[in-house]
Order: sequence, then structure tokens, then C-alpha cells
Amino acid sequence: MGIHIIKMPDIGEGIAEVELAAWNVQPGDLVVEDQTLADVMTDKATVEIPSPVAGKVLALGGKAGDVLPVGAELIRIEVAGEGNLREVPAAPAAVMPPQSPAPPATTVAVAKPAVSPAPTFAPAARKAAACPLAAVARPPGEKPLASPAVRQYAWDRGIELQFVTGSGPAGRILRADVDAHVAGNRAAPAQSSRNAPQDWEEAIPVIGLRRKIAQKMQEAKRHIPHFAYVEEIDMTECEALRVKLNDKYAATRGKLTLLPLLLRAIVLALREFPQINARYDDTADVVTRYGAVHLGVATQTDGGLMVPVLRHAETHDLWSSAAEVARLAEATRTGKATREELAGSTITITSLGALGGIVSTPVINYPEVAIVGVNRMALRPMIRDGQVVARQMMNLSSSFDHRVVDGMDAAKFIQVVRGYLEFPATLFVE
Amino acid sequence: MQTQTTTLLIIGGGPGGYVAAIRAAQLGIATVLVEGEQLGGACLNVGCIPSKALIHVADEFDKTRHFAGNSPLGIRVQAPSLDIETAVRWKDSVVAKLTGGVAALLKKNSVRVVKGWAKIVDGKTVEVSPADATEPLRIACEHLLLATGARSTALPTLPFSEPGGPVISSTEALSPADLPKRLVVVGAGYIGLELGFVYRKLGVAVAVVEAQPRVLPAYDEELTKPVAAALKQLGIDVHLDCSVLGLNAQNNAVRIRNAQGEETELAADRVLVAVGRQPRTAGWGLETLLLDMAGRFVKIDAECRTSMRNVWAIGDLTGEPMLAHRAMAQGEMVAAIIAGKRRHFTPAAIPAVCFTDPEIVVVGQSPQEAELAGLDCIHALFPFAANGRALTLESATGFVRVVARRDNHLIVGWQAVGRGVSELCTAFSHSIEMGACLEDVAGTIHAHPTLGEAVQEAALRALGHAVHI
Repeated sequence: MGIHIIKMPDIGEGIAEVELAAWNVQPGDLVVEDQTLADVMTDKATVEIPSPVAGKVLALGGKAGDVLPVGAELIRIEVAGEGNLREVPAAPAAVMPPQSPAPPATTVAVAKPAVSPAPTFAPAARKAAACPLAAVARPPGEKPLASPAVRQYAWDRGIELQFVTGSGPAGRILRADVDAHVAGNRAAPAQSSRNAPQDWEEAIPVIGLRRKIAQKMQEAKRHIPHFAYVEEIDMTECEALRVKLNDKYAATRGKLTLLPLLLRAIVLALREFPQINARYDDTADVVTRYGAVHLGVATQTDGGLMVPVLRHAETHDLWSSAAEVARLAEATRTGKATREELAGSTITITSLGALGGIVSTPVINYPEVAIVGVNRMALRPMIRDGQVVARQMMNLSSSFDHRVVDGMDAAKFIQVVRGYLEFPATLFVE
Repeated sequence: MQTQTTTLLIIGGGPGGYVAAIRAAQLGIATVLVEGEQLGGACLNVGCIPSKALIHVADEFDKTRHFAGNSPLGIRVQAPSLDIETAVRWKDSVVAKLTGGVAALLKKNSVRVVKGWAKIVDGKTVEVSPADATEPLRIACEHLLLATGARSTALPTLPFSEPGGPVISSTEALSPADLPKRLVVVGAGYIGLELGFVYRKLGVAVAVVEAQPRVLPAYDEELTKPVAAALKQLGIDVHLDCSVLGLNAQNNAVRIRNAQGEETELAADRVLVAVGRQPRTAGWGLETLLLDMAGRFVKIDAECRTSMRNVWAIGDLTGEPMLAHRAMAQGEMVAAIIAGKRRHFTPAAIPAVCFTDPEIVVVGQSPQEAELAGLDCIHALFPFAANGRALTLESATGFVRVVARRDNHLIVGWQAVGRGVSELCTAFSHSIEMGACLEDVAGTIHAHPTLGEAVQEAALRALGHAVHI
């Protein structure tokens, strides 16, 4: 038997650190070749790390949410035959717990302490093994058992001991149990009726995609003075055109939503407003304008918000852009989108569809300078030629980086978009 | 009238009040302590400390009388005698040293001590009438801590006499000008028995009257048996199941009635009434706050808060057990809470010691109490007759008993009876407060030869493998 060490691979250009998004295995698990060991995450892409070998997981190099440098030890797997670990490393890899390294000959002994990097059970598992009196969950109503020092330790952290599970002998609460509780690892609250007071709290670590989103949003709002502009657009003609096109081509070319028409209008409008299809590097004081329209499309996934990019939107017709956006959305939702497909947009569009509401204040996808938000389309009474008529009305709520886009330009840009959408024939005039 | 303001005002300078004051001051809280009598409260002045001093005198005197007989140790002394005046003066010097120490500690920590009787004006204002009858002082505070303690309970049939009269409380019994020939002690609780032993050992004929069928009714019977045997051996006349009807017409005997309804008289030239203590809740304006009560006591929660915001109460005022160390722990906690820390009064056990001869210690639950609490427990005792150190101290009576849960061996109680067992209380409390299991105590090396070995052996025996029995 030998030990095979897998190191954090270089999964993207110029990336020095990678975040461990999730573990799919735990120490003690048996893995087969190509089984996914872990999900790791770069800027926005999640990458699965497959196992090149079959064997038993001995130790994990970190816990979910940890950021590991490329090349750091990711996982140790006990394999049949010789592994790639020849001898005890003089200085164990920084992220491995100090007790783990051991000569291959004593792998059985290694197995137990190797449990310790697993976040939840470390102290409990060790204690339970050492003491014949196994730790038991406290029956309801029983007073929590903890030494005076541990009580004070918990109180000082604002924790009431009745919510902490004890892992010590006779269910004694140890300091490590309080720490584990603080880290959010605790037993689920007992089931109770709907109306019972719900006193439980749950600490959810902001890691992985959520952390990326949080950082990005904070960055955008901290750096960019947002200028919001809302305009209502009469979509009646555009909607009529869409219905006609679908009647005629849906069977052969696929069904159109409003989005391709919107994309087209934006692409055309940007020709007159190159300052809006841009990225602003505010550390270098440079605004880079782009000939290409790489259009980010905000997409909701199970993990959170992601922005796949329709590259060279100016080259697409209605149907090809529809197909490409659909493909990107699917790839993003299933976590299969590549890093390239998730980066490099020059302007972003965001739509909540039927949930679009009347007005929204979208956050610019930093370092871009504009984002266009689409609100709900609905039949509304409007006055046309002195008559009240029902029209399909829709608002566009957009935000601009006011440092580099003046309000006048922003307004003019949206008015041009509006012009295209209200007279959709112009979308096809070259 | 002069008005002063402070953050924390404490009424009562007993163990609860003075500890709260010192800790509060250490935590940077401006603190005023009001005390009408002596700092140190009942504990230092008329309770724990003076009684232990007199017990020491009595024990030492008893030893010499023991030697004057045919001592197996081979020590021979001439007929010893006792100068009670000197003994009381020595006891007073011990008390003075300790109360002086409390005053020094308060001063060192910059607690302002106001001598006088406090009267509550409202939940944030107290008026103090200084002992030296100068102008009253009004003190406004943000937090008010009530720590007024308790006083001896009087019997309706046997009210306390005017100073110098025959019917006395423990306070007078601790400062006798002379020794009576015959003392009747009413109440065989720990206060009555401690003083009964003292007086008997000092040569007084002592009779004890108790309404319950056995002595120390608050403790379990197995524990009190060695004490009952010692009472008999010392020649203390014990009358159980008897009620007290009052003094006779000549004021030289106590009339009692036994369970069969037969009345007898116990000759006495002094009568100590020790039937319990009651909280000091009246006479200082407490009732004007309309606080929620729990029976006779002020009701408090686990943070020692009363029903009024920022009015706190600790110690004997708040209920059983009426013990100095409970008040001290509460006082320290309240100071910490007022200083903004998060604390609760949730001790696993509050130890209680009875300084009779032999002494009794209880910490946590007795086997019966554990059973009543619905716990499935095992218990085991180790007798001092099998302990080497006990034999060398001529104190082979008594035992150590441990009570633990059957399922996980968590120790829920310790009891001990025997000479000098009060000091074992530290080990008992410590193990319970730390959540020790039988294996923890059994696996700890206890020094040989000490009485403490009985602690380890009791745990071993509960586990089914005691060595020395």
C-alpha cells in the first residue's frame, strides 16, 4: 500500500489561489478512478477535480471555503501498490495538519488522526475514541454539563450552553464544542410545532460563489457612483413582430423570446455610444472602449447569481443569439460553463422576466460602466392620438457609472434603444 | 438633604454585598456600600467565623480533658480549666482581623462605604441614616443591589429575651459572658448542634429539643447517624419528636411535649433557640418596591434580577441555601453582569458543611434526592475505618459516599461524615463542577496517607473494584 498525493492543479490563467468550494469525499471514503473529489472555484468558474487513482481517502488538505495555493496538497489517497509519496517529507505541506505525515508503513495509524481536518467532528471523534463512555446527545430538559471555565468561555461569546452539543465524557461540553458551535456546526434544533418559539440561529459561512458575489457586489457599489435611469417603452409593435416571427420560424429556427430583440437594440444603440460599451480601470485611470459587444447576461443558478457572456453579440442574428444565450444559461446552471464563458463582458443585461417588477436598480458588473435591467411587460392603458388604448408597456431600469458616463449620454442611449424597440423595423436597417 | 449619585449601590455589607462591591469596583463601576452594623455581615460577626472559632476552643479544651483521663496516646495533663472571657476575646480578635480585612479591601478598591441604615425611597434612590445620627444622606444610583441577609427566627412560644435574659439566639450564644450550667438548645439543625457540641465540650450540661424524629433532619439519615452517636457519647440529652411549650413559671426550665402528648420540663438556665433564619425583608422600605416574592424571599432569576429593572438581590434574602459562599458567588456575578458581561448563576452544586463533631459535608445530590429527580444512579461509600490516616487521627468513624449516574458514571453527588471532612468539600465541589465521571476520580492519584484516599476509594467501589475494602 502506498499514499498518493494530489496537488491543487493550475486550472486557469495566472491564478495563484483557488478556493475549495466543496468536498465530495470524506476521510475513510473509498474512491474510484475519475470520481469527483472536490469542487474548486476560481473567479466564477467551478471546476471538478477528479481522482486519477482508486483508493481510500486518508486526509483532506482543507475544508470547504479554504483558499489553497496552486500546488498545495489537496488530498491524500491510500492506493494499492506504490503511491507517489516516496518518503516522509521533511517539511510537511503547509496546509496539512502536523500529525498526518507518517511513513507509509504505518498508514493504519495515520488513518485516525487524519480525521482531524474534517471540520465538524474533529474533537468529538478523538474524544469518543479515547473514552469508553461515548459522548451522547443530551436528552431534552437535561442541564448542560460544562466546567466553569467553559461556561464563561461560551457566555463571553454570547452562546447559551443548552444549544451546544457536548462531546466529552458523559456529554460534557468542551471548549472545542463551543468553538465548533461558533463555527456553525451544531445539532439541528429539535422538531417542534409551527407556533413554537424558534430560538435557533444558524451561521452560514459565506464561501465559494456566494463570497465571490458578495465581493463583486461590494466592489461595484464601493467604487461606482451609480446613476439610475428608468424609461417606459411601448413594446406593442416589438411584441407583435416577435409573435409573427415565431409563427413563421419557430418550427425551423427555434422560438424567440424578447431577449434577442433587446440584445439587437442594445448592440445597435452602442454603435452611437461607444463610451457605454466599455470597462473602466479606475486604478490606472483608463476607460477601454470595445468594438466588440461582449454582452453579459445575468443568470440565476442554484448557487447564486452568475454572468455568462454572449461574445461578439454584434455578429449574431436573432436566432443565433437566442440559441447561444440558452446554451450559456444551461451550461452556467449546471456548472459546466468555462472560465472564458464567464468573463470578459463589456456590458450586462439583467432580467427577472415575469418577476421583473416596475423598477429595479441593477448593480453594475464592475469594471463595466453600464447595466440594463428589464422590467415586467404588461398591458396598460395609454393615450395614443387622444384615445385610451391598451399597449404592451415595459420599463427599462438601467444603471451607469456616473464617473465616466454623463447622465445626458445615458439618457440618450436609452432613448435610442427605445426608438429601436418601438419601431422594430429599424432593428433591421443597416 | 445631601444627595449623592453612584452607579451601583449595595445595601448590606455581608459576604454577598462586600464581594459584589469589591468585584464591581475592580470592574470600574462606581460603587457605594451601605452597612448599618459591622462589615462582614452575619457570617463574619455572628455566624460562620465566630462559631468556628468557638468550636476550635471547645475541641482543644475537650482534647485536654481527654488527655486528663486515661488517654491511649500516653499524654497526661493536670486537670484543665477554661477562662471563657479570654476565649471569647480571642474569638473576637479573629473576627476583628477579618472584618478589618474586609474594610481594607473595600478601601483598597475604592468602594465608598457608608455606615448607617438604608431605607429605600424608590428603585433608584436610597436614604441612609448614618449611625452617628448626623444628617441623613440620599444616594441615587443606576443599579440597586439588595443584600440584607437574614436574622434568627424567633419561636412564638419562646420569644428571645431582652439582653441578659435566658432565651438567646446564636448571636448571644457566640459571645457568652459566662457559661451556664445547663443549656437547652431548641432545634437540632446545624446551628443548634454546632453550638450544642461547643457548650457540651466546654463542660455545660446540654439538652437538645427537636420537633422532627431525628437530628439534622435536612440531611439523610445514614450521614447523621455518626453525629447522633457522638451526641450520645458526649452525654448530650436529645429529645426528638418534641414540641416546645415555653418556659416554666420560674423561668428555669423549658416545658416540652413529646409525640405521646406527655409534658416534661428540661431544667435550663439558658435556652438557645436555633430554629432557622428568616430573610430581612421588612423595616427598610423593601415592600414599597412591590417586588415579586418567592414565599418569604425576594424572587430572582438566574442573573439575580428582581422583578424591577436594575434592582438586583443576592444571598439569604433570595432563598435557600442560605450560605455565605452562595451569596459571594451571586455577588461576584451581579457585578460582572452590571459591568456588561454575560453571566448566569448556574452552579452544578452548592456545597454545605455542618461543623458538628464529626463534620458532615454534602455536595450535589444524595442517593434519595437523585432517585426523586428520576435519575438511575449507583452509589458507594468508603468507611474511614479502612483509611490509614483516619486511624492515626483517632477518627475512624464516618465515611465518604459518592452518587453517580448508572448510564455514564457522571458524578452527581458526594456526601461525607467524619472528623475533618469539611476540607474534602473542595475535591467534591471541584469534581462535580468540572463534570467528572467516576473514572476521572478513580483514575486520579490521591496522596497517601490522607483522608482524601477515601474519596478515590469510594469512586473505585462504585465502579466495583475498591482496593482497600
